[in-house]
Amino acid sequence: MSSEQKILSTDGIPLEESLKKAEKKNKIKAFLLVTPLLLFLIITYIVPIADMFSRSIDDKMVTNMLPKTYKAMEQWDGKELPPEEVFEAFYLDYKILVKNKTAGKLQTQLNYEKNGFKSVLKKLARKQKKFEEGNYKEQIMKVHKRWRNVDYWRAIKRRAPAYTYSKYLKGVDMYSNEDGKIVQVAEDRRIHRILWSRTLEVAFFVTLFCFLMAYPIAHLLATLPMKYSNLLMICVLLPFWTSLLVRTASWMILLQQQGIVNDFFVWIGLVTDDNRPEMMYNKTGTYVAMTQILLPFMVLPLYSVMKTISPSLMRAGKSLGATPAVAFFKVYFPLTIPGIGAGCLLVFILAIGYYITPALVGGASGTLISNQIAYHMKSTLDWSFASAMGLMLLTGVLVIYWIYNKLVGVDNIKLG
Amino acid sequence: MALPKYTEPHYRIWHYFYLFVCGCVFFFLIAPLFVIFPLSFNAEEFLVFTDGMKRLDPDAFSTRWYKDMVYGTKNPWGLAARNSFIIAIFATIGSIILGTLAALGLSSRHMPYKGLIMATLISPMIVPLIISGVAIFFFMAKVGLAATHLGIILAHIILGTPFVVITVTATLSGFDHSITRAASSLGSNPFNTFMKITLPLILPGVISGGLFAFVTSFDEVVVVLFLAGLDNTTIPIQMWTGLREQLSPTILAVATCLIVLSVLILVTAELLRRRSERLRGINR
Repeated sequence: MSSEQKILSTDGIPLEESLKKAEKKNKIKAFLLVTPLLLFLIITYIVPIADMFSRSIDDKMVTNMLPKTYKAMEQWDGKELPPEEVFEAFYLDYKILVKNKTAGKLQTQLNYEKNGFKSVLKKLARKQKKFEEGNYKEQIMKVHKRWRNVDYWRAIKRRAPAYTYSKYLKGVDMYSNEDGKIVQVAEDRRIHRILWSRTLEVAFFVTLFCFLMAYPIAHLLATLPMKYSNLLMICVLLPFWTSLLVRTASWMILLQQQGIVNDFFVWIGLVTDDNRPEMMYNKTGTYVAMTQILLPFMVLPLYSVMKTISPSLMRAGKSLGATPAVAFFKVYFPLTIPGIGAGCLLVFILAIGYYITPALVGGASGTLISNQIAYHMKSTLDWSFASAMGLMLLTGVLVIYWIYNKLVGVDNIKLG
Repeated sequence: MALPKYTEPHYRIWHYFYLFVCGCVFFFLIAPLFVIFPLSFNAEEFLVFTDGMKRLDPDAFSTRWYKDMVYGTKNPWGLAARNSFIIAIFATIGSIILGTLAALGLSSRHMPYKGLIMATLISPMIVPLIISGVAIFFFMAKVGLAATHLGIILAHIILGTPFVVITVTATLSGFDHSITRAASSLGSNPFNTFMKITLPLILPGVISGGLFAFVTSFDEVVVVLFLAGLDNTTIPIQMWTGLREQLSPTILAVATCLIVLSVLILVTAELLRRRSERLRGINR
């Protein structure tokens, strides 16, 4: 460019620069339009989700309750009973907690760490009023013999760090034991792993059932003449637009023991009247209701892909000597794979985080990981554990979302 | 789908089997909705078809559950309905404004980081509701908006905007930008151009996105369960409580009303979709 003469715009600025300036202006303009929503979402949504992470690893509660103790414990190697300074510091910290009536929290927290801590701490709370100054080690050890056991002091020391990943370990039924090794919890208490595998299992089978049911009807909708297919489309769209709770309610009516499905089974002689199977409040109920509720999310992407496949392709395949089955599997089916991918991933993502339907028709054996998160949010109030589980679930969903984005692209999502 | 005369018998059987399967699936999809309708007129308190109903005895039917829904004191359906409508309407307006602006920006070919921003804006639709609920609850509790209408409205704007962004972006994909340029070259300012040229053309997309946002808000229960106090109870919350404790026919009466509402919304959405396709067809 340097040797040639630059092209100038009317105001004397080189055209290239002028164009760049205009492009930049357009860029800023476009960005400004997106800014309000982006800011709104970042503040009210993205940051709070990130905040869940700091909440899930936060373990400052015990750290803040025993500041002097942890300072004194820095020198202690944890092999034998701690020195007098640690006992004194612990006595002083605990005295304040008892005075402020917050000792109960410490008792609960330390009891999580080592069973039997609660009772000795309660006893200490009563006895410490009569303590004399000096030689606290002797006095505390006299209160209960467990104070002479080094394991209990190690348990206190384990809670020293302000951050912990123990909630994540708990989410997969593991914990770090007294020696700091990560081990599994006792076999009969591994509830979370059951929930994770059940969630995956339900999501997988619901996706499979949805696919098997959606494929033929999407094909029918795509190949029928417009006036019939529009009518049948209503069968897909009406449930899609109907309230989730209404659809769940109708399944509760249908599947109950005196319900219509059971009546039908009795009528065709599949079961006897006094032996009606329990179809609700278990996994069966979850499967049936979730499949029906998520089916439209499979049909719509499949339909929009099948609609674009020209019928002449199948005819060409047949005219070249393929049987209808071969033509279908060699020509038609491969062309629908993008739709299958989109539908399956969408249904799987929705199913893996389902909450309402399992909670209502799932009973005890049909609840999923979301129900456990809600339980800890609302009942046990262990919010840091709920956050940890939520983030573990979210990580899984984001991986699938990323795959979905690579395969289909989020900007290709179509609604209705 | 009539088969040609020369079709071989086993293909014929296969074809009818295929139609039968399709019929079963359609039945599975739509039939559950029709169970609610007759049972909501049940004269008895049971949620099964009584012998009288099977004989079509007029005495077995009554509208007492609808009366209970309107005048009953046990369930505050009136309050719930009012709250639901207020929240849904404001959430829809908020979603439409924020979502349409963002979609206009995203459709510009000058937009930087388009993929990343789109993925962020769509994320409330992808992230499981329970996680959104927990996160939004923590935020609203921190800023003191838990158990307020405003808090729930903001939460529903978060959940509703992705739908508006998607539908409006889809409408704008067939949009001929030379007409807005023509308008500005004729001396119209950007605001006027938007109101007179762009908006009327993308209106079907905006309204259909708004419908999605409305339905999302009107039907949303997970996030509201975390956020709502006693004064902010909504129809879904009342239904949720009712379904958990005691399935009463009054809930079926409410459910019937909701189905009627969804039929109306479906018809509107369908008409809008056709209109939008027609408008975009002219543009091409």
